[in-house]
Amino acid sequence: MSTPVSEVVVWLILGLPVASFVLIAALYPVLRRYSAPAGWIAMITVGGSLGISVWLLMETINAAGQPLGFETHELVDVGSLLITIGIRLDGLTAVMMVVVTAVSFLVQVYSTGYMHGDRGYARYFAYMSLFTAAMLGLVLVDNLVVLFAFWELVGLASYLLIGFWFHKPAAAAAAKKAFLVTRAGDLGLLAALIFIWVRAGTLDIATINTEIVGAVELGLLGQTTLTLFAVGLVAGAVGKSAQFPLHIWLPDAMEGPTPVSALIHAATMVVAGVYLLGRFFPVLEASATASDLIAWIGVGTALGAGLVAVVQTDIKRVLAYSTISQIGYMMFALGTGAYAAAFFHLMTHAFFKALLFLGAGSVNHATNTFDMRRMGGLRTAMPVTYLTFVIGALSLSGVIPLAGFWSKDEILIEAWDHQRAIFALALVASGLTAFYMFRAIVLTFHGSYRGGGQLEPGGHGGDAAHPHESSWSMRGVLVLLAVPAVAAGFLTFGGEFQTWVLGALPHPKEGHFVFDLGVFLASTIVAAAGIGGAVAVYQLRLINVAALRAGRLRPVYHALESKLYMDLLVEDGLVRRFFHGGLARAMARVDEQGVDRALDGVWHASFEAGRWGRLVQNGQVQMMAVALVAGGVVVWGAVVLFWA
Amino acid sequence: MGEGFPILSVLVFLPLAGALLIALLPGQRVHWPAVAVRVLPGDQQASAKWIALAFAFATLVIALVLFVLFDRAGSGFQFTDTFLWVSAQDVGFDVSYAFGVDGLSMPLVLLTGLLTTIAVLISWRINVRPKEYFAWLLVLETSVLGVFTSLDLIFFFIFWELELLPMFFLINVWGSGRRSYSAMKFVLFTFFGSAFMLVGFLVMGVAAGTFDMREIQESALAGAVLPVPAIFAFIFLAFGIKLPVVPVHTWLPDAHTDAPTAASVMLAGVLLKMGGYGILRLLFTLMPETAAAADVALAILAAVSIIYGAVITVRQTDLKRLVAYSSVSHMGFVLLGVAGLGVVGMSGAAMQLVTHGLITGMLFVVVGMIYDRTHTRQISAMRGLAHYLPLLSAMLVFAGLAGLGLPALAGFVSEVTVFLGAFGRHEPQTAVALIGVLLAAGYVLWALQRSVFGPRDERWRELQDVRAWWEFLPLGALVSLIVLLGVYPSVVLDVFELGVRPIAEGIAVVQPDVVESEALEVARLGRGG
Repeated sequence: MSTPVSEVVVWLILGLPVASFVLIAALYPVLRRYSAPAGWIAMITVGGSLGISVWLLMETINAAGQPLGFETHELVDVGSLLITIGIRLDGLTAVMMVVVTAVSFLVQVYSTGYMHGDRGYARYFAYMSLFTAAMLGLVLVDNLVVLFAFWELVGLASYLLIGFWFHKPAAAAAAKKAFLVTRAGDLGLLAALIFIWVRAGTLDIATINTEIVGAVELGLLGQTTLTLFAVGLVAGAVGKSAQFPLHIWLPDAMEGPTPVSALIHAATMVVAGVYLLGRFFPVLEASATASDLIAWIGVGTALGAGLVAVVQTDIKRVLAYSTISQIGYMMFALGTGAYAAAFFHLMTHAFFKALLFLGAGSVNHATNTFDMRRMGGLRTAMPVTYLTFVIGALSLSGVIPLAGFWSKDEILIEAWDHQRAIFALALVASGLTAFYMFRAIVLTFHGSYRGGGQLEPGGHGGDAAHPHESSWSMRGVLVLLAVPAVAAGFLTFGGEFQTWVLGALPHPKEGHFVFDLGVFLASTIVAAAGIGGAVAVYQLRLINVAALRAGRLRPVYHALESKLYMDLLVEDGLVRRFFHGGLARAMARVDEQGVDRALDGVWHASFEAGRWGRLVQNGQVQMMAVALVAGGVVVWGAVVLFWA
Repeated sequence: MGEGFPILSVLVFLPLAGALLIALLPGQRVHWPAVAVRVLPGDQQASAKWIALAFAFATLVIALVLFVLFDRAGSGFQFTDTFLWVSAQDVGFDVSYAFGVDGLSMPLVLLTGLLTTIAVLISWRINVRPKEYFAWLLVLETSVLGVFTSLDLIFFFIFWELELLPMFFLINVWGSGRRSYSAMKFVLFTFFGSAFMLVGFLVMGVAAGTFDMREIQESALAGAVLPVPAIFAFIFLAFGIKLPVVPVHTWLPDAHTDAPTAASVMLAGVLLKMGGYGILRLLFTLMPETAAAADVALAILAAVSIIYGAVITVRQTDLKRLVAYSSVSHMGFVLLGVAGLGVVGMSGAAMQLVTHGLITGMLFVVVGMIYDRTHTRQISAMRGLAHYLPLLSAMLVFAGLAGLGLPALAGFVSEVTVFLGAFGRHEPQTAVALIGVLLAAGYVLWALQRSVFGPRDERWRELQDVRAWWEFLPLGALVSLIVLLGVYPSVVLDVFELGVRPIAEGIAVVQPDVVESEALEVARLGRGG
């Protein structure tokens, strides 16, 4: 298939951020002191990528979202193993690339303000470029192994950026935790790719989606094979996208700089799992087990994380749990077959959640804290931040006609058709979303100011006693992000967005706009109840929360504030006590006291034997002479006796 | 055979010549003849290291030239250099002086040349008996190159044993901690294995009528005084100790930890590789039937080594010992790939030899440089090194990430290739081994968190980051190569494939059911239907 799009141009999307990373690294000795150019290099390159991505989106729209053909290139060819690297460019890829580059560009503009004056300014932009490159590679390639490579590289960038302020022990610990927990899920993905290659002989994504799925339908390949492969993919997605039970890394990851949380831990990297399952949607569809698994994990996570978000006192952690919850929505959407709706929500979420995180960062600049107990009343000092934050929260809560309403509603409609129980749980989660968001707004922006926090050494911001609005680069980005948070939902009316992403499937369908009055009423009532409840409790104080917390609801609060005991169970119980302090300790003991001693014992035994032997070789000439004579006599005697 | 310039003999014995030259240097400060004054510094310490560097580098250049000239379309041994050394046909055997390289040994020869040069550079500050030190280092190189290029069992054995001598002295004289104990332990373990190996070789050579490994057939061993599985087990014992496999691994952490940095680099970087090389070159080539029959046992041993090694590594508190123990786990991947019995698994195993050599070599280099500055190896005593040693810390992070198998770096390629090559034949073992990847991330990141990251520590204020050229060169070379092999592995992988293909084919003859991938069959059927 011929194509008007040159392959080099597509690679350039990936190449530009790579070039930025290499350039900043190469110039680091200079940029360490005079760091401003680092920000410019990163912004210009990602801006270029954004431009190309938008153009490519137009191209794929012209092709109804169906893949534009590109040559693939041989990377490894050993025996029966063939690994190729090539471009998979279809509607899904193009949408993902636009989301990634757009949010990345805006976040980097914001960062020039947010990170201004940080000692690691140049290093920060190098890491950001590395992340953007890896993320673009992840959505662009056509081979599962290469995808896995980029998958791990975004994990690396996440590790480096969470631990960016490595002087903080909490940041260093969070970085390690994020890497390890996601890697536990990655094992599933790795196992899946090994398994499918051994069983089906290919690592090409398109081949797996068409021919391998087809072979299963024809009975040429066992259904179990496909299911195991799909479950492996789900494991990878659960780790990367912070779903239960591997979600525990994401709240800790908030130790990273806030723009990082916005870009990586809200808008892009954490939805890589959704992308992965969407990319392999034909496989997921063909395996009911895997579909059900991800549907229930998704909706359970959406609900559980929503509950925990209600008791968080740190504004970023509210948003973190909210992210976990919203990705849960996308996951159960995929599990219930709502492929297009999942990606629609992925896109709208990317914009409004990035907006909310950057708003939290703006608040942090003014108050030197993320603790909402030390905020309050900021709406007068920070009108732009306040207004955009409210827009983001309304969108997230699913209030018509904002973007979040359309995408969330579409998911709910499909859930209603597919599985009523999931619909019900999702609806509850939706109410919780509105509740915790407006709780956060009241605590942060309403009431009276509670003084802010101390400026940390090496931290940002200014005079917390007199909070003020942030710099133009930060405010401007908030306003720019508010636009899609309001309007991105309108892409659904003609079914355009759905058509683009559906074009990526082997059997593309025409997308269409769905609306259901019943679901609309239900979700709107629930959202209104959530918002009203939050205002009633936290603004009007109709209910005394402190009394509830100390009184009858104490066990509930305790469970929620302990994050449903997941950290305790996994980190403290499983890793620290069972593994490190138990199993590994015991094995190390066996190694030192058992194996090593036993082998030393062998040497000692041989030395002992040698000592006995040495008695003969004692170097005394007299004794040797005696032995010689005695030996001679014995030999002579033997010869005489037996020979004669 | 044997025509042409004996380039491999030159390659193998060039370092030995350098060692002799260094040994012949006058012991005291002397006045050189006028011509030499400009070339050689006046004191023996400086001239010893310059001579060592010149010879190591020359050897590296020759290895590199051979690697480039290596005929990728050809098969079998190239650059061979042979003559009959002992002909004892009346008692039934020949011994020949025979050197050659094939796709399996060529990259390992290059690795040896590279790591020896690096070992010399990072020893630039050695001032205790430098003459002997550098001489032993070069003798070590000759012995390892000899192992990788010998085509005759007797020569293989001689070089195998020769390696003990320099290593013993390097650990015992220039080491730290319980160095005498560790040196002795290293020698005893190796020697124990070698004794069995020698018996195996002698039985094999006498039965086959030749010690030339190109001519020995498994069928010829039927009449040997020992059954073939016993010969296999005897020789495996030596290679297993060297690799090492659990439970005969305990010499390794002691030897690595107490050895001077350069010796640790050589030990992990090339000496362990002789074990993996031997398994492929001798056991799997000469006794394919027995090897194929032993595959399940080997895969179990491999999985145990990978997991056991990694779990013990998690408990280590000494940074150098941690790196040492991780080798046990990483070398298990070699055995796992080999046990897959196919081209993919064996290529992955061979690749793992090189990538582990580079990565663990680099880890030892960096840990050594950190020790030179902080005078501690205890992880608990370090923290926040990145504040005052940013470049060195970045290097530790880089090497650590390479060690945990991060993509785009060399280790990932070999590990994934091993997994792909082994899974089809050994599903449970490979599945268990996968957990090793998670454990590796655990111990690496744990160590990094506590040593490199954390708050500023004023104790390190005066420390100097990497400055000297002899520190920059090794680090630069290692970083470039680790990235190169991670991004474009075919440079080495294609050469290895040439080497392991005949081995896999030999096994396929006796074990025709080796299929690494159900392969395209299904995909093709799907396409048709």
